[in-house]
Amino acid sequence: MEKPLTANFRPGEPLSLKEYEKLGGYQALRTALKMGPDEIIQLISQSNLRGRGGAGFPTGTKWSAVPSPKDLPGTRYFIADADEMEPGTFKDRLLMEGDPHQFLEGVIIGSYAIHAEEAFIFLRWEYTLAQSRLKSAISEAYSRGYLGNDIMGTGVNVRVHLHVSAGRYICGEGTALVNSLEGKRAVPHSKVPRQTDCGLWGRPTLMNNVETLCNVPHIINNGPEWFKNLSNSKDGGTKIYAVSGKVKRPGAWELPMGTTIREILEENAGGMRDGLKFRGVMPGGASTDFLVEQHLDVKMDYDSVQKAGSRLGTGTMIVLDDQTCPVGMVHNLEHFFARESCGWCTPCREGLPWVASILKAMEEGHGQPDDLDVLRFHTKHLGPGRTYCALAPGAMEPLQSALVYFREDFERHITEKRCPWR
Amino acid sequence: MLTDDMKKKIEEECHRCGNRQGACIEAIQTAQTFWGWISDENMEHIARFLGMSPAELDGVASFYNHIYRKPVGKHIVMVCDSVSCWVMGYEKLLDHMTQRLGIGLGGTTADGLFTMVPIQCLGACDKAPAIMIDEKLYTDLTPEKFDRIIEKYREGA
Ligand SMILES: Cc1cc2nc3c(=O)[nH]c(=O)nc-3n(C[C@H](O)[C@H](O)[C@H](O)COP(=O)(O)O)c2cc1C
Ligand code: SF4
Ligand code: FES
Repeated sequence: MEKPLTANFRPGEPLSLKEYEKLGGYQALRTALKMGPDEIIQLISQSNLRGRGGAGFPTGTKWSAVPSPKDLPGTRYFIADADEMEPGTFKDRLLMEGDPHQFLEGVIIGSYAIHAEEAFIFLRWEYTLAQSRLKSAISEAYSRGYLGNDIMGTGVNVRVHLHVSAGRYICGEGTALVNSLEGKRAVPHSKVPRQTDCGLWGRPTLMNNVETLCNVPHIINNGPEWFKNLSNSKDGGTKIYAVSGKVKRPGAWELPMGTTIREILEENAGGMRDGLKFRGVMPGGASTDFLVEQHLDVKMDYDSVQKAGSRLGTGTMIVLDDQTCPVGMVHNLEHFFARESCGWCTPCREGLPWVASILKAMEEGHGQPDDLDVLRFHTKHLGPGRTYCALAPGAMEPLQSALVYFREDFERHITEKRCPWR
Repeated sequence: MLTDDMKKKIEEECHRCGNRQGACIEAIQTAQTFWGWISDENMEHIARFLGMSPAELDGVASFYNHIYRKPVGKHIVMVCDSVSCWVMGYEKLLDHMTQRLGIGLGGTTADGLFTMVPIQCLGACDKAPAIMIDEKLYTDLTPEKFDRIIEKYREGA
């Protein structure tokens, strides 16, 4: 089984530029520079690469949405979203720490493909190790001529800037991130016009997730057919899956896209800890619907997880065991989302704290008979289409599914006037 | 007052952005590395240097959680309170830390050594519970491990 994304991982320091080159590194950039932007985008489209930032948007389609310099001359920007803060998610950190040059090569190729001469890496403050490794990789790449002006004598210019964020989950949302880079409050804004037309400082801007970009050099090197064949499903490639919670071996693994939940949980994570039973799993981070026993054979790809009623999200699972209170877990999640709401739209700003306070009261034994209806009401009114960004709808996903799958647990909290797990 | 060194660094950021406001978060971070926190007076200095109004800059500053508008301890203890750490029992650990340091979340120890704050998922969920102290991550935390770590910081003080 091929594992292109993690092939260069090793204990201790990641590959230096020289070592990375020896293993074929920056060959993709050379090839890409010969191909030219249109051919690169075509290749990426053919590979069926879908964005690993959570929404699974086809990367090739996104890249071709940036207007060509002929139609719209002038500055355009490329942004790598390295703000990874979705609770339960730690794949981008591993990729940046484990092979910073692979990521950087993806950023440079992406920038070239959309004719951007300026690229930003938007990195969360807490990723201090990734920060220092990226800094050295960037300076190595500048001195070797892979970055800067006239890259490898081709006349192509790409400059990369590392922006270390000052924190807040919402910064990872595309439009909020752009505001943050402009030195403003990280408040999302309307998705019309699209950022590919009017983004950072009003210029065409493309944004991709770290894992998405790490795939790019491999697709250039090995072609779209090879990439599609890595996968067990329609979506191409491998995926960094991860598991946290009370399993025997929590961790992260690069596996074929479309590996089943059961295989990841049992074979990679070693199954549940002794004495504990599996009750549910959030398949792709804190803003994805719970799945339960009956879904264990679902393939972890975008369409299959969606069919099962959830989302692949970031592909990093959080497991709920039978001795952990589902209501407490959902309370923790909603408390998080309420705190991280940017406050821009009313349903989210007012609704999330209300939801969190109801769950808190339930945990403390003050649940009311109509609480479940009030919670259900919120899952509708904070759902898709009612807010500027996907934070509030995302926050409703674990809640709405918990109300279905763990309904009895909620009811017990109310009738017994206490948390049965405490 | 901004030192010449700070001004130079901030100026570089402004140049990179081609726009002075674009550099404001970096500017605040640069200043905070030196002062530890940003007082009203220093907020005005930075704002003036960037050609922004102090209120505008404070509006930005107050949004982000790594910008401190009040004095903080020498070390910041950031406790992950997100879901994987919660499942792995972070609440018990927090009780222990609260007792050991004698402060709650948001508090600073009387000796000025530690400020404890909550933080969202640190991306170390497979090694939960996790905390960060300043720029260093600590994982698979237990009360005993926490005590040993804190002792080291106390010795180093
Ligand atoms: C509240 C919120 C937070 C987000 N945080 C991140 C993040 O930290 N990293 C990321 O890559 N995408 C994040 N996203 C998704 C981005 O908006 C965007 O869809 C993604 O970066 C696109 O990249 P992709 O097409 O390569 O997946 C977030 C979305 C929302 C609504
Ligand atoms: S949904 Fe929440 S986080 Fe998103 S823009 Fe509205 S208030 Fe802000
Ligand atoms: S939930 Fe604590 S590190 Fe991820």
